[in-house]
Amino acid sequence: MQWTINGQIRQAEVDFRTSLLDLLREQFQLSGTKKGCNQGACGACTVLLDGQRINACLTLAVQVQGRSITTIEGLASGEALHPVQAAFIEHDGFQCGYCTPGQICSAVGLAGELARGWPSAVTADLAADDIAFDRLELRERLSGNLCRCGAYNGIVDAVAASLGQEAGA
Amino acid sequence: MRAFDYHQAVGSEQAIERAMRREQARYLGGGTNLVDLMRETIEGPAMLIDVSNLARDIEESESGGLFIGAGVTNAELAADPRVRRQYPGLSRAILCGASAQIRNRATVAGNLLQRTRCAYFYDIGAHCNKREPGNGCDAQEGFHRYHAILGTSSSCLATHPSDMAVAMVALEARVHLRGRDGERVIALTELYREPGERPDLETVLTAEELIVAVELPPLPMAASSEYRKVRDRASYAFALLSVASMLELDGATIKQVRLALGGVGTRPWRAWKAEAALRGRPANAATFEAAIDAELAAARPQSDNAFKVQLARRVVISELNQRLAQARQGGEAS
Repeated sequence: MQWTINGQIRQAEVDFRTSLLDLLREQFQLSGTKKGCNQGACGACTVLLDGQRINACLTLAVQVQGRSITTIEGLASGEALHPVQAAFIEHDGFQCGYCTPGQICSAVGLAGELARGWPSAVTADLAADDIAFDRLELRERLSGNLCRCGAYNGIVDAVAASLGQEAGA
Repeated sequence: MRAFDYHQAVGSEQAIERAMRREQARYLGGGTNLVDLMRETIEGPAMLIDVSNLARDIEESESGGLFIGAGVTNAELAADPRVRRQYPGLSRAILCGASAQIRNRATVAGNLLQRTRCAYFYDIGAHCNKREPGNGCDAQEGFHRYHAILGTSSSCLATHPSDMAVAMVALEARVHLRGRDGERVIALTELYREPGERPDLETVLTAEELIVAVELPPLPMAASSEYRKVRDRASYAFALLSVASMLELDGATIKQVRLALGGVGTRPWRAWKAEAALRGRPANAATFEAAIDAELAAARPQSDNAFKVQLARRVVISELNQRLAQARQGGEAS
């Protein structure tokens, strides 16, 4: 089986039961992607599949053969952090750090969804082309990522800043 | 997790042939529910036939409705401009379900066929007639805050967990099925069985039958459809109660109405009795109250979910009042 992981073609022969999460961590030693609940409830395993955020724990590695996966290790350019990573440091978007790789990958996926004009459950006018988003929108859109330290205010500040927005509303 | 064979289908005919040749084969969509159930050993298919790359388009039908491929993701369907304009209540319902990560993987057909999240179904140490017919139901004497009050039996109280399906039954969606004898089309409301004595039999699908598409008929009043979900936290939680609704007036009279409930039924609950009590009647509070009371007359609440009768009553009346205000505004505007 073959995947493009963080821009590199990688190959491995794994049991069909292997999740994308276990493939990343155990076959390719990409341990930045975390195993939290292993049942799609916490979001610690969030990675980007062809640019879209998904739970790696609920995805079988075999299902995404041939596709492109970006993990937290693939976001920075050399020593230059991804803007979302930099914003998390600037705005104290974490405490223990365990949920952070998932939060950051989720925020990168969120930015792509906003750029495509995708609405959320709290978008008042679903038919509108332009989504005016505020703190409530960001919290709703990040609800698939839990933080047991409760660093949510810093996380929302960081994500808002990385999107070039004030998170005052 | 039990070992299984995996096959990536290249077409629906070939997927069905594979399923007919193999005992205990299961179709795989995004895997967001099935993979979890396999890990919990509640499901143990011998073969997974991956159909998630098939039927990936949304097309306008000749009648002016929409024809949605079974493999379209929940996220794609909710974001589709035609769905947002013509069926906003469906977009809202999908967006109220799960998380962004899950909606990016979950397919339309997989959403319809997801299993209940009843904690006793998920706990292999508990008795459950859905997992094992005749085994008993620990929910009956257990914690039933999240369980159904409509369509229940002495064998099962489990709710159908989908938000999308609630909006779709209100829209009278039709499901296109393909099997060994070719294609058939059924109403989504006919896809699901009530639990009765056999809660393990959840749908009318035959072993190899594959959902290939969902068709939404044209419905002008659906442009002002809405979906309201009540839950224990503001996001990423299953419904205690949800309501899909839409209304069309003829003067002060209700000309057409659709109403469906989630979180309270053993299947996505089309409120036929309430609709019958609304249609052709004056659009006012007395009509709304009589209508929801007619629907809830058959409710069989348990101690932990008795609150859902009042909750459903209040939220349905509130939603009907909002649809009425919208319909009046729309009437003035035109």
